[in-house]
Amino acid sequence: MNFDLTDERQMLQDSLRKYLADHYSNEVIRALAKSDCGYSKENWAGLAELGVVGALFSEEDGGYGGAGFDMALVFEELGRVGATDPLVDTAVLCGGILAALGHGEQKNLVESIIEGSLQMALAHAEPQSRYELSRVDTRVEREGEDFVLNGQKCVVVNASAADYLIVSARSEGAVAATAGISLFLVPTDTAGLTLNDYPLSAGGRAAEVQLDNVRLGAASLLGKQGDAFDTLELVHARATVAVCAEALGLMETIRALTTDYLKVRKQFGRPIGKFQVLQHRMADILIEIEQARSAVINLAGHVDGERDAREKHVSATKNLIGLVGKLVAEESIQMHGGIGMTEEYELGHLAKRLIMVDHRLGDATFHLERFVELAVA
Amino acid sequence: MNLEYTDEQLAFRQEVRAFLEAELPESLSAKVKSGKTLNKSDIEQWHAILNKQGWLAGNWPKAYGGAGWNAVQRHLFEEEMTGASAPRILPFGLAMLGPVLQEFGSAEQQEYYLPKVLNGEHWWCQGYSEPGAGSDLASLKTRAEREGDHYIVNGQKTWTTLGQHANMIFCLVRTAKEGKPQEGISFLLIDMNSEGVSVRPIVLIDGEPEVNEVFFDNVKVPVANRVGEENKGWTYAKYLLTHERTNIAGVGFAVAGLESLKRIARTEQSKGRPLIENPYFAAQIARIEIDLMAMSTTNLRVISKAAAGQAPGAESSMLKVKGSEIRQAINALTRSAIGSYAMPFVSEELEPGSNALPVVPDYAASVTGAYFNNRKLSIYGGSNEIQRSIISKALLEL
Repeated sequence: MNFDLTDERQMLQDSLRKYLADHYSNEVIRALAKSDCGYSKENWAGLAELGVVGALFSEEDGGYGGAGFDMALVFEELGRVGATDPLVDTAVLCGGILAALGHGEQKNLVESIIEGSLQMALAHAEPQSRYELSRVDTRVEREGEDFVLNGQKCVVVNASAADYLIVSARSEGAVAATAGISLFLVPTDTAGLTLNDYPLSAGGRAAEVQLDNVRLGAASLLGKQGDAFDTLELVHARATVAVCAEALGLMETIRALTTDYLKVRKQFGRPIGKFQVLQHRMADILIEIEQARSAVINLAGHVDGERDAREKHVSATKNLIGLVGKLVAEESIQMHGGIGMTEEYELGHLAKRLIMVDHRLGDATFHLERFVELAVA
Repeated sequence: MNLEYTDEQLAFRQEVRAFLEAELPESLSAKVKSGKTLNKSDIEQWHAILNKQGWLAGNWPKAYGGAGWNAVQRHLFEEEMTGASAPRILPFGLAMLGPVLQEFGSAEQQEYYLPKVLNGEHWWCQGYSEPGAGSDLASLKTRAEREGDHYIVNGQKTWTTLGQHANMIFCLVRTAKEGKPQEGISFLLIDMNSEGVSVRPIVLIDGEPEVNEVFFDNVKVPVANRVGEENKGWTYAKYLLTHERTNIAGVGFAVAGLESLKRIARTEQSKGRPLIENPYFAAQIARIEIDLMAMSTTNLRVISKAAAGQAPGAESSMLKVKGSEIRQAINALTRSAIGSYAMPFVSEELEPGSNALPVVPDYAASVTGAYFNNRKLSIYGGSNEIQRSIISKALLEL
């Protein structure tokens, strides 16, 4: 056993931490969270130049990392500052799909993602699918050489900034069958594609995506027709490492902010941190965050392994992060009192991001049920 | 023991229900039901309808224009109000200031102010908290210095709920520096239009400017606007707080919230079935409902005692803790119920009726905002930590 970072990862962490400290102040983050784009293009270019995007891909795919621990490292740092960059969407989800299933020119797009010149979004979830990956109602029909897509996708993060969407659609099978799901690479200016774009409460942007007879050439298919489920599951597992590590970073910063506040805020003539009841609750938070860190390590260490163990850890970690995230966010607001309720204070943005982690890629309840099915039953 | 209401009480409930059916405008109940922010005129409209009926001040004696209801009647009224999705009555003039003036105000003050609370001429807000004095209220610093027949007020209040709409504020101010912090506080009524008063909204994490900072810069306040004696304000403030704590359990809000959660869970889908049929989710609803059933009876036990003339003491602290926790649990589970649609920030311009396309299902629009906003339930009015200290001191004598 060795839980230390390798030298390469230590260097990446140091340089990334410095870059984020220089470019992601609380003011910048709050302004970006409300901007029309949802993130800073300059910062994105800076991250790419630093090699942060490349760290999320293997050498085979043109990067220099790509393992679970590389992703955990990058996203924990982004979480620490509350960054809203759509790195999960463009790189982990869409980049991961392109790397696994892309052919010819499609695969070349990975290079553009790594160098920071391309934005993407995965349009997979639907209003009725509730985190269930195999539940796809969007239809694809073959018309000659073309594919025609009809359906609706919900809360597609980063859709309006994206150059391409990757859209899932079903050509056969029951609505929740794993077989019969295909993925398509769709330029966002394709006819029949409508994006209704809006801000997210924790920063960044998303869109509702309507597909009305979206006609695509044969070359837009990613991988084999009807065969995309395993890849979808894999990239969602990797994205779960990312958002759970991000949550861990958020928790670390929130804990530090709250601890500092307990030391300076005075009530009844002394710092409130001198009250034992608050000390014990901070101790509980610390214990739970260590649990969260171990869960993220478990998942990062298994995400590149065989499917059964991987998915068991996906659900275990996402469940635990959901519960601990809620505890840390709610307790930190409570211990701050009124100031913790204000938008102006740093905590608000961080707590909102942490709470919203539970609404992506399956919440604590969804993953508890899934863990029972995978591991207990 | 008898858990049933008396015939008289049931008749009263029926009367309230019939009134609400006839007089509550659908435009208002629809807004409340969907969790939308009520604007100033919505609230004024509803207050006026209740006042016409003589029901705006259920807790005031009839002599002052109130309904003179006892605690059980007030409870039944509240329950029917929340059940019908009526706007809540703003507490500042009616539940807070009114009782203080009736108990400690001069005859002139009662004659002048109380009718204006009822007819809406005065919209009151509360000037208690300060940046350094939240739950530790006695450490407040806003000072009022006597100059002839005026006080000159300087300082800052914060967390002033709906202060942006108010034209009057009741304040605790420091009139003497000697002695214990509780001594030397006076209770002043201040016209918000006085020179030197300014209001700055504070945007909360749900994106709404519900609370404000109020600044006093050499504000001249007539000595006649002081309630009771100089330096005895703490007594009146404590009296007010016991009134603020009526209906503190918020059972009606919890019941309405649980109903709304169940409605949403019947509509939302999980694996092709209504979410409410998912045993993992249903178990979480059940846990809250079981707590709520017991809390609602705890609430009635305290109310019955109060109706029999016993003033609730630390029991109201128990209701505040349990009541806020249950409501927050309902808010959190409702947020879970709407799945990914908890993520969009649905501001006013995205709501139905605007030019923008609707983004989320109508029932989901206010859920995330309500979750974040209601984190305040365990913070304001004496945080839950303070309530627990009161309980351990008063009931456990620790």
